[in-house]
Amino acid sequence: MPAHERIATAIRAANEAGRPGLVPFVTAGYPSPDTFVETLQAVAEVGDVVELGIPFSDPMADGMTIQRSSFEALQKGVSLKWIFDQLESAKDELDTPLVMMSYLNPLLAFGYDELAERALETGVCGFIVPDLPFEESDDIRAALEARGLGLIQLVTPATPDDRLETLCDASRGFVYAVTITGITGGDVGLPADLTDYLDKVSDISRIPVCAGFGIREAQDVANVGAHAAGAIVGSALVEVLEKGEDPRPFLRALLGA
Amino acid sequence: MSALLQQDEASQLLDAAIRGELPDSRGRFGPFGGRYVPETLVPAFERLEEGVKEHLHDESFQAEYRKELREWVGRPTALTFAPRLSEAWGAEVWLKREDLAHTGAHKINNAIGQALLAKRLGAERVIAETGAGQHGVASAAACARVGLPCTVYMGAVDIERQAPNVDRMHRLGAECVAVESGDKTLRAAIDEALRTWVTDPNGIYYLLGSAVGAHPYPYLVRELQSVIGEESRQQMLDQAGALPDAAFACVGGGSNAIGLFYPLLGDDIELIGVEAGGTGSGLGQNAATLATGTPGVLQGSYTMILQDDDGQVQETHSISAGLDYSGVGPEHALLQATGRVKYISAEDDEALEALEELCAAEGILTALETSHAFAAAKQYAKENPGSKILIGNSGRGDKDMPTLTKYPARIRTHASA
Repeated sequence: MPAHERIATAIRAANEAGRPGLVPFVTAGYPSPDTFVETLQAVAEVGDVVELGIPFSDPMADGMTIQRSSFEALQKGVSLKWIFDQLESAKDELDTPLVMMSYLNPLLAFGYDELAERALETGVCGFIVPDLPFEESDDIRAALEARGLGLIQLVTPATPDDRLETLCDASRGFVYAVTITGITGGDVGLPADLTDYLDKVSDISRIPVCAGFGIREAQDVANVGAHAAGAIVGSALVEVLEKGEDPRPFLRALLGA
Repeated sequence: MSALLQQDEASQLLDAAIRGELPDSRGRFGPFGGRYVPETLVPAFERLEEGVKEHLHDESFQAEYRKELREWVGRPTALTFAPRLSEAWGAEVWLKREDLAHTGAHKINNAIGQALLAKRLGAERVIAETGAGQHGVASAAACARVGLPCTVYMGAVDIERQAPNVDRMHRLGAECVAVESGDKTLRAAIDEALRTWVTDPNGIYYLLGSAVGAHPYPYLVRELQSVIGEESRQQMLDQAGALPDAAFACVGGGSNAIGLFYPLLGDDIELIGVEAGGTGSGLGQNAATLATGTPGVLQGSYTMILQDDDGQVQETHSISAGLDYSGVGPEHALLQATGRVKYISAEDDEALEALEELCAAEGILTALETSHAFAAAKQYAKENPGSKILIGNSGRGDKDMPTLTKYPARIRTHASA
């Protein structure tokens, strides 16, 4: 099966077990490059799919928490090449599908073909590129899909219906449904009309829909879990890692376990 | 000629640029430009693009814009012959006096145009970023003029070195927000403005200050700044009796340079953009994006940027906040790749020296940004004696006094010694 189908399969397996899929986000190399593999394994123990953030100098779609973790990882020398090398060394002990979240420029500098090669070798099944709208995505999509890797599209409450169909159709692995119009790490709570929006996206999409942005507590996961296949938790988890705590109890609590 | 374009492709693209056919429908200047923005901002950019199409070249909008340029900005700005500088350099030197425009720089041409557009698009408030503070001041003034609230994002480092402009923004009724993230200069200010825009893409109008970013900004800003080149061309013919041999403009994001160059692209004039050479040629020592950068995507656009091998954008250094930017407008990237415009750099010391020379020779305190263009023009005059030179004097230097006081006035010291 193509690598991107591993993502959808993992989320559907969670749903079949009677719970929403959980997609934890960690900034690669944060809080420390030395404990990267350890942190990843701990998070993968609870998460169904792990989203790995590639640090970038200009994280324009991210709030303060992820900006901070990203800059710190960069200062400690974390690069995409280093991340692939680490994943290579750990791939035998990791069977959770990985997706990489990266701004476009580090991927462009790495080269799309080599990127797809190395992703396939290291258990990375898909990519989320927050500053790459569908209209500009032909080149990278072709390189990824040639190797069965997925480009995960984001949709938002402001996305018009016809565009929503295009994006759901183009997405591989899951559809990333942004819950709020804002940046990551917002603490404004989830909007009331969220359920209609998530129902609509889930209705249109043939692959699982995961909701992200602003998800911090078990109640948030339950709320979006009733209307989407999975929940993505980013800034709240990075804050737990920032404090040097074990991420597993936090993630298990999100699932109400 | 750059290796980025084949020769026949380069000449076709240059012809298309001269005919006014760029950017294309996808916001591309050849390979450069485009729209690399988060999905959350896609509807906002599409609405802006529609708004620009509907209003920018509409007769009633143009009439309103031209009236504001004439009666509020004070256009046309003068073309000034510089007799003493000409004598010292052995050339014929003419200055396009954007420093005489309202608020003291070319930035106002764009700010009032976009503020009028924001009004037509029904925006509730305006946000803007600023580097040197000139665009912040221009935005604050333009928003006051059209009656819209204005918030300006400014890097904490820039706030310190451009303090007089921060106070001006406040007095003009704008809120100035210090940006403590990232490099704490212009680049971080743009990121923060974009983050804010995402929270209310319908109510907010983002008044971007340079010919950078995602489509349609590089196009919109060029159209609003082209008045500089249009006026200069006519004034050279009227006052100097001929077009110049060469035209110089400083380049940070590149809005004053594209405004001066764009109407002159089809003429037989050497066009030279001058970037900040900072303290040297090493990565991080300058902001010479076109001279030393490589192609990449930064803040919405595929253009030349200063980055390392991993695609991480590098911090820059320049004595002038307005040139201190790791990217450059995508149309400049094309004009460089086609060979039509030559981009060179001047270092901090050369800019300071040029500033002092202009002050003493012509009684004009120019901006530190603009001083880079003078430094390069002086060198050109040396190599091309007797030539006619046009310099885009993009802004006044009053805002630079906190920086300038750190350096002794060398010319005066020499004269009194």
